[in-house]
Amino acid sequence: MLTSHLNRLQADITARRPVAVLTTLATGAQQLIHPGDPLPDELAALLADAVRKDKSQVVQTAAGEVFINVYNPALRMVMIGAVHISQALIPMARAAGYDVMVVDPRTAFASGERFEGVTLDARWPDEALPGIALDRRTAFLALTHDPKIDDPALLLALASDCFYIGALGSTRTHAKRRERLMSAGIAADTFDRIRAPIGHDIGAIGAPEIAISIMAEVTAHLRGKDVRRS
Amino acid sequence: MSVLPLALDWTAKGRKVAIATVIETWGSAPQPVGSQLLIDDAGNFEGSVSGGCVEGAVITEAQDVIRTGRPVSLAFGVADETAWQVGLACGGKIRVYVEAVRGE
Repeated sequence: MLTSHLNRLQADITARRPVAVLTTLATGAQQLIHPGDPLPDELAALLADAVRKDKSQVVQTAAGEVFINVYNPALRMVMIGAVHISQALIPMARAAGYDVMVVDPRTAFASGERFEGVTLDARWPDEALPGIALDRRTAFLALTHDPKIDDPALLLALASDCFYIGALGSTRTHAKRRERLMSAGIAADTFDRIRAPIGHDIGAIGAPEIAISIMAEVTAHLRGKDVRRS
Repeated sequence: MSVLPLALDWTAKGRKVAIATVIETWGSAPQPVGSQLLIDDAGNFEGSVSGGCVEGAVITEAQDVIRTGRPVSLAFGVADETAWQVGLACGGKIRVYVEAVRGE
């Protein structure tokens, strides 16, 4: 790989622009391609498919084997609430490859001391979230238990392409949330994108185990296995 | 965790570098397609293509790739005696593409 390609590739990844590197295996010839760039028909369809499925693969073309290496934007996890569960979840999410951001307007919670080295935003969600592209590589978690903070955040998440939306709270809490958000104009099937009570049901007790259950459910959604609906 | 920023860093410091990428897997391979291992000409490495089973062989091959500048495609699997020697005991098969990073 040329260092010039490597530099451009890294710039695309940093800017969250999907990009792929096409390598003709027999010759080593390489090109950087963005979705929508002009390509021979046979490759264009294969590339679009690989990017959509986030699936790097070797494909057969007239020029022989071509390896399509897809570099989709990094996974991201946005947590509303600088709470105990967030503290347990952050190292797990990072180990699984997520960039983590925490939003909590309660400065006593969102302190650098409790969340060393974490991207913290101590503004209200409706101020903080418009600056964060909630795209299809983003998982969104509402964890404060406080409707004043969680509700406006969920309204923004439901209007986005996030691949996962989860909210902490019991079935009863969630039923009340349903009433509030539907009276705010959210349609029933849109509301049902919210996974609540949050997390895969593994009988978790305490923050670290709840974090495991959340990580399991987020992973299932990322990989196309919605456990609750199967 | 991407090794690309580190590849740029090592290259900028004048180290000769190769990148190995998993390009195909069959069966139960520990690292998915796209996983990368960064190697320099002193045998230092970062990242992973197999969770430890074939890294040693890939690092050795990478020295030739760095020297010649010619990329190679390596296959490791259960049907391959050398793969057993380097211990791909998970029963899977993988194909790894190794290329040098060249200035330009």
